[in-house]
Amino acid sequence: MFRVTRRYAFAASHRLHSDALSAEENRELYGKCNNPYGHGHNYLVDVSVRGPRDAATGQTVEIAVLDELVRREVLTPFEHRNLNREVPEFAGVVPTSENLGVEICRRLKRKWGQAFPGPWPKLDKICIGETPRNIFEVKADEIE
Amino acid sequence: MVITRKVEFSASHVCRDPRLSDQENQRIYGMAANPHGHGHNYLVEVSVKGDPDPVTGMVLDLKELKAILEREIVEPYDHRFLNYEVAPFDKQVPTTENIALDIWRRLQPQLNGRGRKLHAIRVYETPDLYVDYFGESECSE
Repeated sequence: MFRVTRRYAFAASHRLHSDALSAEENRELYGKCNNPYGHGHNYLVDVSVRGPRDAATGQTVEIAVLDELVRREVLTPFEHRNLNREVPEFAGVVPTSENLGVEICRRLKRKWGQAFPGPWPKLDKICIGETPRNIFEVKADEIE
Repeated sequence: MVITRKVEFSASHVCRDPRLSDQENQRIYGMAANPHGHGHNYLVEVSVKGDPDPVTGMVLDLKELKAILEREIVEPYDHRFLNYEVAPFDKQVPTTENIALDIWRRLQPQLNGRGRKLHAIRVYETPDLYVDYFGESECSE
């Protein structure tokens, strides 16, 4: 079994704030991340794909196809955006990196069959690096 | 327990299948199909799984592992044109997957046994692209 991992990057702003909590509770829970004007990160997104190796091409995945899928579904809509205001899924969902990982997974899974019509490769996992010190891993099989 | 050692080599390669047209090769391999070749600084992570020896406290003597990696990877691969100088790439396209597979085949007989086995090979072609190979296990759903 092979797993191929491709690293992508985008820069975006966000604010961690839950409407279900009071202003004080939000400040206490999210700290600096609750700053009303928001703040930003250089996000890294590692997309891992698993499957057998095609004996003829020696490849598990056509990288150009993966690159195009990720560009269209993730990088273009997220690059230099305010995630809370400009990505509709985060209108009512706090854009933590946990939720960002889930959203990226959903976006890729939704269009996966169009990009890769055969049984392989499968999306294996998404790994979000919010900063070089905070890493969030989401297994694709665990996401609806 | 899993222990991992890294090793680096620099090499050139070209990804093209001589049975296919220029256009097909370009579609499948992109810029890597340039017939004159190009190169990378490859980084390989070799992971070995086993229990620490009760006397030495080690899964595997790292000096021994270093010598094996030097002999089996660096000597044949470093500063070579893979397609022309390293079998099996005279017959197989040197994609990152095929390089991981070849390294696995070179290392497995040297590392398996004495309560330990080769666990995974990770090959970075660039910092943005790497392949993990876990042996000939069936692909799980």
